[in-house]
Amino acid sequence: MSEQAVLEAAPPAVVDRMAGPRRRRWLPFDRWHLFLFPFALVMLFPMTWMLVSSVERLAETRHFPPILIPESIRWQNYPNAWRAAPFARFFLNTTIVTVSVVASNLVFCSLAGYAFARIRFFGRELVFLLLMATLMVPFQVTIIPTFLIVKWLGDHLYPGLGVDHLGALIVPNLSNVFGIFMLRQFFRTLPVELEEAARMDGASRLGVLFKIVLPLSLPSLATLAAITFLWTWNDFLWPLIVLNSQDNYTIQLGLVTFQGIHTTAWHLLMAGNVMSMVPMLVVFFAAQKYFIRSVATTGLKG
Amino acid sequence: MLRSEHTAGWALASPAVVMFGVFSIFPIVWSIVLSFQDNNLLTGQAEWIGLKNYQALTKDPIFLKAIGNTLKYTAAFVPLSVVLGLFVAVAMNRKLRLMALYRTAVFITLAISTISTAIMFLWLTEPTYGIVNAGLEKVGLPPQGFLADPNEALWVIVAMTVWGWLGFVVIIYLAALQGIPQELLEAAAIDGAGRWSTFRNVTLPLLGPATLFLVVWLTINALQLFDEIYLTTHGGPLYSTTVIVYYLFIKAFHHFQAGLGAAAAYVLFVGILLITIIQFWVGKRVVHYSS
Repeated sequence: MSEQAVLEAAPPAVVDRMAGPRRRRWLPFDRWHLFLFPFALVMLFPMTWMLVSSVERLAETRHFPPILIPESIRWQNYPNAWRAAPFARFFLNTTIVTVSVVASNLVFCSLAGYAFARIRFFGRELVFLLLMATLMVPFQVTIIPTFLIVKWLGDHLYPGLGVDHLGALIVPNLSNVFGIFMLRQFFRTLPVELEEAARMDGASRLGVLFKIVLPLSLPSLATLAAITFLWTWNDFLWPLIVLNSQDNYTIQLGLVTFQGIHTTAWHLLMAGNVMSMVPMLVVFFAAQKYFIRSVATTGLKG
Repeated sequence: MLRSEHTAGWALASPAVVMFGVFSIFPIVWSIVLSFQDNNLLTGQAEWIGLKNYQALTKDPIFLKAIGNTLKYTAAFVPLSVVLGLFVAVAMNRKLRLMALYRTAVFITLAISTISTAIMFLWLTEPTYGIVNAGLEKVGLPPQGFLADPNEALWVIVAMTVWGWLGFVVIIYLAALQGIPQELLEAAAIDGAGRWSTFRNVTLPLLGPATLFLVVWLTINALQLFDEIYLTTHGGPLYSTTVIVYYLFIKAFHHFQAGLGAAAAYVLFVGILLITIIQFWVGKRVVHYSS
């Protein structure tokens, strides 16, 4: 799959050129615009309406038919929403969890992916098969025991790992099978001669991995980081189950609570919703290439 | 084989393998045990009751309704997403002005969480002040209850999830479309095939693997629907949007019936497995992979 091409999206329109004698153009633009343009407006509409509502007064949101253009732009809704719930705290919590999970996944998936790709060790095939088999099992099957394990860890090992602590969001997700599989597949495509030469020169396994293999795998690592980031940042069910106190909420959970309190204050809800999206949108547009590649090559969405 | 190979291999793999054992294999096995127990999630009191949880599920009309709702949702969401995504991808697979706008409109949905999507659609479809009802009134249609109406709620969930997944479907199809060798399309044109015939007989079959992947992947995710339900309807009105995972969540984490929840999870697992196997089986007959 050519992810780069998906990104640049300028494939030659071969079929158009080839379909016999060119039809007479009855429009000053490509016919596909007739579908794509209105379609794009429909797709963008929910967000546009959210932005408009987020700068209206409360009274304006309680008007039927809706007021499409507010009398004045009320930016004040944003600081008001920001103060109505501890959004700063939610962002901090989510950032702590996401950064930890992404970093640990990069490390552990690289180590394991390399071992499965290049080192022949006892039990390798069996363990790898087992790993792959669990990809079939939906998360919901493990959710109740995982809750009990996390509860036990908090009660008996260290409170910070237990229920209602951020550790409970991090520890079960330190590595994941998908990442191991993805990196293993990539490592196997690298020329093994480079690694063998380094080994001859006396480099250790870890030395080879960190000095030769990983620098050659940066696009794959970025892809893994992008998926893990997206998935962790937007995760909802697991935080909902293990977190109780608002101080520990992630942004998704905080947003739901905020919605539960301000059910009909649509101007505040929309401002809060916009704020919650900003970090993800910034990261998305900055690293669009890796996000799109991660989807095109692995097919994951949170 | 060197002994040091075994040591090195296990040393590198063990952190991930240990994590995997503790948070994957062990819970999968424990979940089976739980499903045969009357187990209180909070107190930990457990009693072996054999198949009684599974029997209770088959007799619970709400669970049966949850299965029905989940299947109904999946049967609507998957074909709609695939057909719309394919159409959009085909439309976008050419040089066009305004492409930046189109790409943004479609791909931005990838970065938006299920919760944010649900809040936006809750506002759009708000029965009293919502803009969709205003639009309906404008064209002379009666206002709808949407998420408050038992006959409509699930369809609003379908709409918001189709919106949310569209970027994903389009990327997969665009990548597949761009992987089609140009020579094939040229050969079809030289043989006198028109546009539609080329699409029908050359492009569409070549998109088979991508379509099979999408159908399987979207189905697996659809059967696990939860976030949007939790935010918008809480399974209501009148259980019209109670889906399997929502049922499981309430039983296990609100009523603390860990055993019943685990049994529901295994029913879901077996259901997903069966449906996936059927899809691959059908796919093998329909989809042709180019060698």
